[in-house]
Amino acid sequence: MLSLILILIAAAFFTGVIIRVKSISSGRKGPGIFQPLFDVARLFKKGVVYSETTSFVFQIAPTIYFSSVVMAMLVVPFGQSKGILSFDGDFIFFAYILALGKFFSIISAMDTGSSFEGMGASREALYSMFAEPAFFILMGSLALLTGHTSFQEMFAALHIGSYISYALAILGTFVLMMIAMVENSRMPIDDPKTHLELTMVHEVMILDNSGFDLGLILTAGYLKFAIYGALVVNLFIGVFPYHYSIPMFFVIQFVLASGVGFIESFMARFRMSHNAQFIFVLTSVSLLIFFGALLILGKFV
Amino acid sequence: MAVPVLAILIIPFLKVKGKGIVLFAAIVLNAFLSGSLALQTLSGQFLEFSFAGSLVTGPVNLRMDALSGWFILIINFVFITGSFYGLFYMKAYQKQVNNLTLHSIVFVLLHTALICLCAIQNSLVFLIAWEIMALSAFFAVIFEHEKMATLSAGINYLIQSHVSIVFLMLGFIWVALKTGSYDFNSLTAYTTQYPGASGLVLFLFFFIGFSIKAGFVPFHTWLPYAHPAAPAHISGIMSGVIIKIGIFGMLRMITLIKTDYYTIGLVIIAFSVISGLYGVMLAILQHNLKKLLAYHSIENIGIIGMGIGIGCIGLGTGNYLLASLGFAGGLLHTLNHALFKSLLFFTAGNVYHATHTLHIDHLGGLIKKMPQTALLFLIAAIAICGIPPFNGFISEFIIYSGFYYWMQGSLIGPLMTIIFSVLALVLIGGLALLCFTKAFGIVFLGNPRQKFDHEVKEVPFSQLLPLYLIAFLIVFIGVFPQFFMNVLSQPVNLLAGLPTILDMPFPEKTAKLLQPVTWGTWIFILIGLTVFGLRKLVMQNRKASVEPTWGCGYIAPTVKLQYTAGSFVRPYSKLFRPFLLSSKTQKEVEGIFPSGGSYETHIYDRIEKYLVDNPIAAYKAFLGRFLFLQNGKLQFYILYGIIFIVSVICVPLFYDQIVLFIDFIKQI
Repeated sequence: MLSLILILIAAAFFTGVIIRVKSISSGRKGPGIFQPLFDVARLFKKGVVYSETTSFVFQIAPTIYFSSVVMAMLVVPFGQSKGILSFDGDFIFFAYILALGKFFSIISAMDTGSSFEGMGASREALYSMFAEPAFFILMGSLALLTGHTSFQEMFAALHIGSYISYALAILGTFVLMMIAMVENSRMPIDDPKTHLELTMVHEVMILDNSGFDLGLILTAGYLKFAIYGALVVNLFIGVFPYHYSIPMFFVIQFVLASGVGFIESFMARFRMSHNAQFIFVLTSVSLLIFFGALLILGKFV
Repeated sequence: MAVPVLAILIIPFLKVKGKGIVLFAAIVLNAFLSGSLALQTLSGQFLEFSFAGSLVTGPVNLRMDALSGWFILIINFVFITGSFYGLFYMKAYQKQVNNLTLHSIVFVLLHTALICLCAIQNSLVFLIAWEIMALSAFFAVIFEHEKMATLSAGINYLIQSHVSIVFLMLGFIWVALKTGSYDFNSLTAYTTQYPGASGLVLFLFFFIGFSIKAGFVPFHTWLPYAHPAAPAHISGIMSGVIIKIGIFGMLRMITLIKTDYYTIGLVIIAFSVISGLYGVMLAILQHNLKKLLAYHSIENIGIIGMGIGIGCIGLGTGNYLLASLGFAGGLLHTLNHALFKSLLFFTAGNVYHATHTLHIDHLGGLIKKMPQTALLFLIAAIAICGIPPFNGFISEFIIYSGFYYWMQGSLIGPLMTIIFSVLALVLIGGLALLCFTKAFGIVFLGNPRQKFDHEVKEVPFSQLLPLYLIAFLIVFIGVFPQFFMNVLSQPVNLLAGLPTILDMPFPEKTAKLLQPVTWGTWIFILIGLTVFGLRKLVMQNRKASVEPTWGCGYIAPTVKLQYTAGSFVRPYSKLFRPFLLSSKTQKEVEGIFPSGGSYETHIYDRIEKYLVDNPIAAYKAFLGRFLFLQNGKLQFYILYGIIFIVSVICVPLFYDQIVLFIDFIKQI
C-alpha cells in the first residue's frame, strides 16, 4: 500500500521535473512542475476524434494499456513493505502484464492504417523485445543472490556490503533506468520532442489518439517512469527504516528525473538503426550483473 | 473399435451431407467412449486390457494411465471441434464427392489411430498404429491433390514420417532382441538391467524418432510445408494434436526407460531452446499466414520441450518439486497450444474462405468485414504470445518458475543453462509479440490492400461455434488455472515418479503457485473494466467525431502507403540477417520517366538447406554417375539380368575363396 501511494506521488512530479530541468538548462524559465498533470486534466475534459479507418481495437487499446501499467504498479514493493500483490515470480507477471499493454498499443497504432504509425509500431515491438531479456536476467541474478523469487523478498534480502555489490547495484540502476528510457521512449532511444514523425517511436504511435484516450496514455507514461524509479530505489533501501527510506525514495526519484532531464538536454538521439544493438547491450550488462552475483556467491570454481 | 469400422463402411454409400453427419457422429461417439475411460484414469485409476494377440506380436496389452488420459482428452477435444468446423469448411468442396469420401474415412481412421497410440503398449502394434496414423494424416493433408505444391508437401511429410518410423523401429527391435518381448514393460526391464550408456542411446533413438513427428529443430522441415497445404481443420488438428503425439511418445519413454535423466533433460532443453528460437525467428518473416502459424508450432514445441527438460532434470536430481513444476508446465502448454493453435488455424481458414488468399500482404482491414473472426484471432494471438490474462501465460509462468526454482543451490554449469534458457524464453516471447502484432495488424487492421472480385463476408455463425468453444477454454484456463492444475496432478505425479494414489494432490508449492497469479489476473480485469466504465461515463457527454487518419499534412493517402508485413519486420530482418536465408529480387525506379519498380523477397530455411537439400543434391549427384546403366536399351537390361543370375549361381561356388580373401584382408 505504501509503495502505491509513494509511486503515485512520484509520478505526479517526475515528468514535470524532467521538463523543468530541460527548460532551465536551455536558459528558459519553463512551466511549473505539475504542468503535465494539468495537461492531462485538460485532455480528460475534451471530446475525441476517431480515424475512420479504426475499429474497436483502437477504442479499447488505451484503456488496456493504462490498466496494464496500473496493474504492474500494484506488484511493486517498497523496501520491507509489500506491494498490494506479492507472490513468487511476481516480476514475471510484472513484465508480461506490461507486454499486454504494449501489444495493444502496437495494434492500435496499426489500426489507423497510417504509414507513420506502422513505423512507430514496428520499432516499438522490436525495441521492447530487446529490452525484456535484460530485465529478466537482472531479476534472475537478484533471485540467485537472495534465494527468493518475488520482488519484495528479493529487495528486502538485498544487503549492500561489499565492493562488488556496490558495483552490481550501480549496474542494476543503469539497466533499470535504460529500460525505463526504452519503455517511455525518451532520449537517447527516442526523442519525444522531435518535429519529424519519421524519427519518432512512441509519439508517432499515438498520433491519432485524442481526448480521454490520449490522457490515459500520457498518465500511463508518467506512472511507468515512477514505477521504474521505485524499482531503482528498492535496490538501495532494503534494510533502512521508514524515516530514512521514504525521504531517500523522493531524493532518488528526483535525482533520476533531473538526470533524465540533463541527458535530454545535452545528448543527441542515437541513430535509429543502431538503437536495437544499443538496447541489446543492456542484456550484456545484465549478464555482467549475473556473473557478479556468481562471484559474490563464490560459484566460480 | 466397432464405431470407426462401422463409420468407415457406411461413409462411401451416403450423400455428401450424410457423410458429414456420420463422420461427426463417429468422432463424437469415439471421443465419448475413450474420453470416459480417460476421465477415470485422470482420477488416478490404472486401466489394463490384455488381448491374446497373434503368434508374431505376442499378447497385446492396452494400458491407460493418467498420461494417456490427458492426451486422449486433448485429442478428443480438438477432433470434435475440428470435425464440426470441417463440416462447414468443406462445403466449398461439395462437388468432389469421391474425394470427400476418402477424406472422411481417413479422418475417422486418424482419430482412432491417435487414441490407440495413447494406450497400446506393444511395440509391434504400436508401430502399426503409428503407420496408420502417418498414412491417414498424409491422405488428409493432400485433400487438394490437384495442386502440385500440396502433393509435394504431402510426399515430403510422408517420407519424413517414415524416417521417424525407422528410428522408432530400431529402438523397439533393439529391445525386442535383447529381451525377447514386444511389451513396453520390457523397455523398463532392459534399462534397469543394463544401466548406463545403453539406456541413454536407446532413449536418443526414440527421441529422434518422436521429435521428427513433434517438429523439433532440426527435424522440423516437413512441418512448414504440410500445415499450409492441408485444409484448415486438418492444419488445426495436425498442429494441435498430431505433432503432440511425438511429445506423448517422448513422455511415455521417459516413464519407461530408466536411465540418466539429468543428461536427457539437458539434451531436451538444448533442442528445445534451439527449436523455440529458430521457429519464431523464421515465423516472423513468413508471408503466408498458415506457414507463419506452422513455424509457431515449432516454437511452441520448443516451449513444451523446455518444460519436459526441466522435469527430467528434476527426476535426475531427485528433486520432485522441480520435476512436478517442469512436467506440469510442459503438459499444460501441450493443452494450451492445442487450443490456441487450432483456433488460429481455424480463423485462418475463415480468412481463406472469405478472401481465397492467405498472402498476408494482400489482406487488410478484415476486422470490419469479419469482426468475430478478428476477435477470435486476437484472443488466440494474445494467448500464444504468453500474455495474461489468457492460458499461454499460465503455462509459461510455470516453466519460468521451474527455471528460477532450479536456480536455487545450483552450480555454475546448470546456472549457465538456466540463464540462457530464460534468455531464450524471454526472446521467444518478445519475438512472438512482434510476429503476432504483425499478423493481426496487417491481416485484420488498417485498410484493405487489395480489391477482391467477390464479396468478403463473415462466415456463418454455426461455423464459428466451435471456435467460440475453444476461445472460452482459452479464457477459462487463463482465469481459473487451478481447476486444470488439479486435473493435471495425476499425470504429473506419474511422470515425476511419485506414487499415483487416488486423488493425490500436488506438492504444496506447486499447488499454491498459481493462486496469486489468479488474483492478479482478476484484479487486472477489474481495473480494466473500471477504467473502461469510467471512460464510457465520461465520453457520454463528449463530442466524438470521425475523420480521416492524420496523414501528417498529406491529404491524398492511398492504401499502398500503409505499412506492409515486410516493412513492419524490416528492422528485425536486417538485424537477424546472419541467421536467416532470404533472397530478394528488386527493380528500382529510375530515370525521369520511370517504368514500374518491383521488390520481392523469399525466405528460405537455412537448416533445411544444409541438412536436407544439400545432402539430397549430393546424393543425387552421386547416383547420377550411375545413370549410364539406365540407358533405355532392352538388350542391356537383359544383360543385367543374365549377369545377376550368373553371379547368384556362382557366389556359393566361390564362397570359400571369398571367405579366405576376406580373412586375408583382415590379416593385413
